[in-house]
Order: sequence, then C-alpha cells, then structure tokens
Amino acid sequence: MSRRAAYDGVVAAVPITIPYERYSIQTAHWWIGRALAETISRAGIRKRDIDGLCVSSFTLGPDTAVGLTQHLGMSPRWLDHIPMGGATGVVALRRAARAVQAGDADIVACVAGDTNGPDSFRALVAGFSRFAADATYPYGAAGPNGSFAILTDAYMRRYGATREDFGRICVAQRQNALSFPHALMKRKLTMEEYLAARMVSSPVALFDCVMPCAGAEAFLVMRDDTAASLGLASARVLSTIERHNAFPEDPIQLRGGWAQDMPELYAMAGITPAGIDLLQTYDDYPVIVMMQFEDLGFCAKGEGPDFVRSHDLTLAGDFPHNTSGGQLSVGQAGAAGGYLGMTEALRQITGAPLGPQVANARTALVSGFGMINYDRGLCSGAAILQAA
Amino acid sequence: MSPPLPPRRKADPLALPRQALMPQGGRSRAALGLAAMAAQGRFALQICAACGAAQYPPRDVCHECLGTELPWRDVPTGAALLGETTVHLSGDTYFRVRTPWRTGLVALDCGPSAVAHVHPDVAPAGRARMSLRLDRSGQGVLLALPERDSPNMMDDPMIREMTCDPRGRRILVTDGRSAFGQEAARSLLAAGAAQVFLGIADGWKPFKGQDNLPGDAVQLDLTDATSVSELAAEFGGRIDIVVNTALHIRPGGPLDRRDLVSAREEMEVAYFGPLRLAQALGPTLRARAADGPYGACAWVNIHGIDALAPAPGFALTAAAQAAGLSLSQSLRTSLAPIRVLTAFVGPLEDEWHQAIPPPKVTPTALAAAIVRGLREGLEEITVGDIAMDVMRRWRDNPSTLARERAG
Amino acid sequence: MSTLAAFAADLLAGKIKVIDLTQTLSPEFPTIALPPMFGQCAPFRLEEISRYDERGPAWYWNNFSCGEHTGTHFDAPIHWVSGKDLPNNTTDTIDAQNFIAPACVIDCSVQSAENPDFILTVDVIKAWEAKHGQIPAGNWVFLRTDWSKRSGADYANVKEDGAHTPGPDPDAVKFLVEERDVIGFGVETIGTDAGQAHGFTPPYPAHFFMHGKGRFGLQCMANLDKLPPTGALIVSPPLKIKGGSGSPLRVLALVGA
Repeated sequence: MSRRAAYDGVVAAVPITIPYERYSIQTAHWWIGRALAETISRAGIRKRDIDGLCVSSFTLGPDTAVGLTQHLGMSPRWLDHIPMGGATGVVALRRAARAVQAGDADIVACVAGDTNGPDSFRALVAGFSRFAADATYPYGAAGPNGSFAILTDAYMRRYGATREDFGRICVAQRQNALSFPHALMKRKLTMEEYLAARMVSSPVALFDCVMPCAGAEAFLVMRDDTAASLGLASARVLSTIERHNAFPEDPIQLRGGWAQDMPELYAMAGITPAGIDLLQTYDDYPVIVMMQFEDLGFCAKGEGPDFVRSHDLTLAGDFPHNTSGGQLSVGQAGAAGGYLGMTEALRQITGAPLGPQVANARTALVSGFGMINYDRGLCSGAAILQAA
Repeated sequence: MSPPLPPRRKADPLALPRQALMPQGGRSRAALGLAAMAAQGRFALQICAACGAAQYPPRDVCHECLGTELPWRDVPTGAALLGETTVHLSGDTYFRVRTPWRTGLVALDCGPSAVAHVHPDVAPAGRARMSLRLDRSGQGVLLALPERDSPNMMDDPMIREMTCDPRGRRILVTDGRSAFGQEAARSLLAAGAAQVFLGIADGWKPFKGQDNLPGDAVQLDLTDATSVSELAAEFGGRIDIVVNTALHIRPGGPLDRRDLVSAREEMEVAYFGPLRLAQALGPTLRARAADGPYGACAWVNIHGIDALAPAPGFALTAAAQAAGLSLSQSLRTSLAPIRVLTAFVGPLEDEWHQAIPPPKVTPTALAAAIVRGLREGLEEITVGDIAMDVMRRWRDNPSTLARERAG
Repeated sequence: MSTLAAFAADLLAGKIKVIDLTQTLSPEFPTIALPPMFGQCAPFRLEEISRYDERGPAWYWNNFSCGEHTGTHFDAPIHWVSGKDLPNNTTDTIDAQNFIAPACVIDCSVQSAENPDFILTVDVIKAWEAKHGQIPAGNWVFLRTDWSKRSGADYANVKEDGAHTPGPDPDAVKFLVEERDVIGFGVETIGTDAGQAHGFTPPYPAHFFMHGKGRFGLQCMANLDKLPPTGALIVSPPLKIKGGSGSPLRVLALVGA
C-alpha cells in the first residue's frame, strides 16, 4: 500500500499558452516573461502575489530560475528549476503542489519557455548531455530523430507495429490541430501523405517528427480556497508519479518508467484507466505515444498497434488524445513541450478549451517523458487531474 | 554485400571539392579512452576493478557499485543488433553530405548497450562483431561489422571514413635511399596504391637498390627547405598519403660525442624534416581530406621506440626521436582530419645496429605493419618484439622504464 | 697614369674581362662524401626569413647554412693536419695580399674525359711548361678538367670504391710547391685531390703538401675553359671566419679582352 499523502486542497488553474513561432529573435526570458504576465493578468493578481516560481527552459543559459527572479523583479520564497524536458510539466505540478500543501508558498507559477533560432535545435542536440556528446551525436548526428528511429525500429520488430499504426496517431492529432488556434501545422494530413513522406531517419519519416519552435506555457498552483476567492476555475490533483532511469537493465527502451509506477498512479487517484476522460501523452514521436498507451494501462504491452487500430483518437472519438494536436502538430517549444499536455488538459476539464470541448471531460491523465540522455528517455511522469 | 569501390576517377577541374569537415570531436575525458584504444586497434572498455561491470558510455563512476577505478580492458567483440536506423537527414555538416548512414543500438556481449555505426553487411536484428575505430575527428567510435568478413567489406564508404586503405591512393614515401623506404614503397604498391612517389635525397650519391626502385623516384631531401617546397609545389595536390620513412639513427650518448654535428643531423631528420614537410604539404593534404572515396587520409611517421625512453647506446638519437614523436602528436590536431599514424620500431636490421643482438626489425616487417595500420585506420603501431616489449613496460610504468633502460 | 689607374681604365673600357669561376651555391650541389662514421660537411641550406609577407612585409631574406667546404670554396692551410701549426694559417689571419694572384691553367680536359681517374704528373706539368713557359713563383696552378660541365651523379662520380675524379699525384704536388713555389692549387672537382687519392702515399697529397707548406686550395670551380693558359689574375678572398679552415667564396678571374 502506498503511504503517500493525497494532494488535498491543492488545485491547478489558469493554463496559459503563448502562441508558438517557428523561429524567434526573442530570448527565453522574453517568452517566459510574456507567459507570466499573461498568467497574472488572467488570474487577476499582482506579480508580488506569486511567492513560488518553478521554471523550465533549455535556452535560458547562462541564467537559471535564480537569475530570472532578478530579471523579472520577483522575490519568491520558493524557487525551483526543473531540467527534465518533456517531463517538466508533470514534475513542476507535483513539486508546486507539495509546496502549496505544506504552506511553503501560496501561489506557485509554473512556467516553461524557450526560444528557437535557425541553428539552436542542432546546437542543443550536439551538446545535450555528456553521454549524448560522447556516444550518440557522433553517430550520424540525427539527434532525437535517430534515437527514436532506433527505438521505433526495435518496437516494430518486437510487436509487429507498422508505419500505418504510427500514422494513425499522427493523422488523428493533425485532425485535432485543425481546430486548435495555436497549432503551427494547420494542413490536413492524410494517411497517404503520411506514408509517402520523406524518410528522415528510417523508419522515422517527416510526419513522425516534431517541429522545434519558440513558445511558452504556464499555469498556477494554489489552494482551492485561494482559487475560489479569485474566482478561478481549477482542477484537483488526484495523483502523480515520477521516475528516472527506469529499467536500466532493459537493453533497449521498449517501456517507460510509467510501467513501474502505474499501479500507484491509479491507486492514489482511486480510479482505473476506464475512468480517464481524456489523455495527453508526451508525443515527440508516435512510438513513445504507443508505449504510453501500454505503460499507462490502456492496453497490454505489445497491444499498442491493435489499440490504435481499434480506437478513434480524435477530439470527438472514443479515446480523445492530445486534443490540441500535440507537439506533432502544434510544435515543440523546447521545455514548454513538456507543459503542452498539462495546459491543454486543464483547459478541457475546466471547460475553457481554445478549440472544441471534449464531451464530458472531467478527469484527465497527463503524461510526460523526457531527456534522451543517451539511448533512451530517462524521465517519466504522469498526473491525474479532475475538475474541481 | 557491399558493392566494390568504384575505380578512381579524375576530378572535375571545375567542381569545388567536398570540404574536409569533421564529425563532432568534443569528448569527456573518460571518453577519450575510446580513441586511445581505437588508435591501437583494440576493442576495450572500462571494466570496474571492484565489481567487474563493463561500462558504456565511458564513465567516472561504476554504474553498478559506484567504484571509481575503471581501467580499460579488452572485452569480447560479440554483439546483437537491437534496433537500427538509416539516417537520411542530419543537421550536422559532416554527416549531411554522407547520408544514408546506418547506425543502431547493439547489446554488447560484455553487458552494456551501445549506439554504434552499423556496417551495411550486418543483418537486421543480427549478430555483429564490434570494433573500435577512429572517425575523421580522431575520436574513438564503435563500428558494428558482420560477424565474418564479407566481400568488399572494407570498400563501404562508412568504413573508408574510418580507415586509410592504400588501395587506389597516391602515396609519397619520403626516403627511397633506405631499404626501409624502398620496401615500404614496394608493399604499398602491392597493396594497390595507385602511385608511389619515392623521395630520393642526394641523387648524386649512389645507394643500394637504386637500379631497381619501386614507384616513381622524385627529388626530396627533408633536410632541405627548397627541396621540400619544390616537391610540394609539383606533387602536393596529388598526394593522398605520406609515409615518412626518413630515419637517421646513430649510436652515442651525450658524452660519447664531442660536438652537436650528428645530434643536429638527427634532429634535422627526425624533427625539422617532418616539420618542414608538414608545413609544405599539410594544408593541401588537409584540404583534400574529403575529396571523394580516394581523398587524402593519412600521414605515417616512424619513431624509434627509444622516443619513449633512451637506451644508453643510442641516447642522442632517442632525444631526436622524442622530438619527432611530440611533433607527430601535435600534427594529429593540426593535420586533422588527416590521420597521423606513428609506427614505433625497435632496433633495425641495418648497418647502424650491428652491435645489437636480434630480434631486429626488417624492412619487410615494417612495410607490412604500415600497410596493416593504414588499412585498419590505426594511429599507433608497434613493430617488432623489442619495441613491443618496451611499449608494454612503458605502459606499465614510464618511470621504471627509464631506469631499467638505463641499465 | 699609375699602374692601378691604367688597370681601372682598362677595366672600365672593357679591355679587361671578369670571368666568374664560381658554382651556384644550391642545396643539391654535391659535397664531399666521407665514410659515414666520419663527421660530414653540411650541404648548403636556405631557410626563408621573410618574403614580403607577415614575417617582413617589404623585404625578402634568408638564413643559410653550410660547411666551410661547401660549393666553390677556399682551403686554408689549417684545413690539413700538415698545416695545423703554421702561422697565419686560418681564413682570418692569411695575409690579404694572397687573395689576388695570377694563375697558370693546365688543360687536361681531353685526358679527363677519357679517364676519370686521370692523374696529373710532373711529366704533364713539364710538357705544359715546354709550351707555355715555366710556372712563375706565386702563381696559382689550376687543373682544367671540364669537370664543372658535369652535374649531379656524373659530377660526384661516386662508385662503390669511392669517387673517381682527376687529381695530382704526390710528386706533382711536391714539384709545384718545392720547385715552382706556387701559391696554391685549384680544381673543378670536389677535392684538390683525385677521387682515389685516399690510396696514395701520403693519402690526399694535394692537401698534405700544399697545406703543409702554407699554400691554398680552390675547389669546385667552373669556367676554367674560359681562361688563357697564363695571364689570368685571380681574385679569391675567403670569408673572414675566425679560426676558419676555409670558406665558400666567389672566385673571379680577370683576363685581357
């Protein structure tokens, strides 16, 4: 039995997405500042009311969250900087929730933002980590495309997935993106186009890859009574999990850390996968989406291909998934990519979507995955949120 | 099966040759160990001295027991290919003009999984034979080869990026006056070299073998700046590999001689000569390092093993050899992506080592070692039993070696 | 008009011609090849200091190095053990009066063409004197072989048993020094001695006897074919090297037009 305390009385609110741009001449500071300003404005609070700050960014260097406090003129009594890529949204939520619950802070602003120039993604990949610089990048320098291509190839061999199976995920997300105002990719994608796309790093082709861009995402974490007094729609945190470098003995990554912590995720929330109304997975490549379907209990290991063949993943479908279009269609704004599912889930379950509303959406599962430090993603996390 | 290497074609005089770019070469200190092993053609990884766990990527701390003593040890070369990709699109300036490029994740028989370059002849999801190679940046990289040599295996463009096969290449052998230079030229031609320029100094002075020289004799005296620059001007654009066989080994310690005349000559041949040649040929050679499948690729210097620690009978020569070795080491950076291969030799089978008992290095043995080193793309070869003995002792403890060599 | 003024006037009027007897100093010009266990004479080497570039924007110059006995060169008496204790026997102490002197040129080019080991004997000298008069004291004697028209390996003409080039026998050298009181002996080949003179008694007699009596040597000269048998005036000052045993130099001959 888990001995973990529930997140009683803690809510997340005010999801903010600053519209992405393919390339920006602005800095990460600029993007993060914009997101914070928008958050404060929407929440109807003053900057000094934010006494907790949690930051994630790849392009803030040489600054960290510490430098940002001076740059933005803030004096928080609780500060965190989370370098976990695609897992930052979930992890920021868990850290902020405990801080608020313990009274270390009253209102924590969780924010992620990055800028993107014509060569910044390549430069980021080239120096991503010591192991990556030593032992990945010099091998074809395909970056995450190459790493996920290898995992995709292994997954296809092991479980019989086809390119068409991955295509179902990408095509459905593009369908969702067509009605999401901030998506960078707004052209309908057909399965024929998906299959005929230029090969990038086989078996990963053009539409399997996210497009790096600039952008920012933010949300606030506070007590439910604070939210109520501010008149903010909010969502309760039912449960969260986090795991790093799971299953190091697996020779190749065919499962993520969720597989280890899934029982606790649902036990703490007191629900089963059937009780999830919508799912936001981390989707820099479709293979990792398929693994999340499995490792988060929506189907058994290896049944991902069957699962996508038998479900409609669109907004209006029987399994609403990545309802904004996900990073595959909205774009990957660096660390903000790890927030996209969180802000979209908050909007859907608090009844404030930017596009169409998913019918009867009260309970959402948001999952994060990040940091291909070498041959696999090291950080995994998930959170179950419910409309307050 | 790889297609055979296309024959050498004449360059299009109007086309700008492919620029000699390099794959990313920055490495952590631990990962530099891969290059050190690859340089010698060894397949070795860090093995934890405490628990025996193999480490990859190279680390500072054992991933099993947190032990910090991680010596490099030879490990089994077997591996299984778990997943693979063929890169078609890379943002990296080196790889983007070399795609398609096959890489994959292999499970090494010694434990860890590793991202590796994958030779086209390795079967999908099949078994592979691992080797450590030097890439064009001079760093150690893993290359998965088919379990057994396949036809034309060494002709694949990927492996040619990591090797310096003499086949089809034009080679300068610097000292054709010596049996060692002549034999090197002969062996390189036998290994398929397209042409061998054989440098002859003091052509007016007769020498053994002058009537039966392999390759094309050219005037070259490394001790003469004019001669070196004239050679570079005339043939620099046509040389793909430099094999510097110039050796000037004379007996004597510091107090055995009354002057610096001989010591200066030793420095001229072992240090100033190669430096001159590098200054004259280096820029052209480097610029042509990516010029098609037969681009410029290697520079071979021969050093007496005495470069590591002087033997009393040849102490002054040893000093010059040490200077030359130091030059070779710095040329690795300056000439990159040209590979610098250092060949360490023990006493040679020549007139200057009559008082040294065998085993001694013959011209044939040295030539064969150079050809092998180029084919494998090595950076360091040690030729002959004496040199290998000294090298082992040096690796064991350089300070002890200096004292035991002193006798 | 003084003698010197008359000479200068003739020179300016072109009545006196200057002939260059010097080989070009170049790295590939052969030097004496001694057995490898002996110290070796350094060949000529040129290293650029700057050439209108970042090392010196407006000027071109070189460092050069060579042995004292490289290229066309002068041998001082101290060069040989037989002359080691003589007074004023080094390049810096030899009386400068010696650096301008007349020369007798003995033409043995035909014999040398037939036989690279041609030996200059007293008989040959006397035959020349019969034709051109006795060699006056204080003259150079130059052995013309036309060897300077050869180049490279032909010039050095080194075989497995050593060099094969013309030169004098011991008696001829003794005769020139003792009977004719010459100032020195000059040749076109690499040594004043014959290529095979290591086998003579004493070995290298031109060096042994000439330098033993304080006389000089000139080696590796060119253009001896342009000189008259007698009457040429030779200008041959070596570099003033302190304690030097010889030096490369420019050798000039003044001849009547």
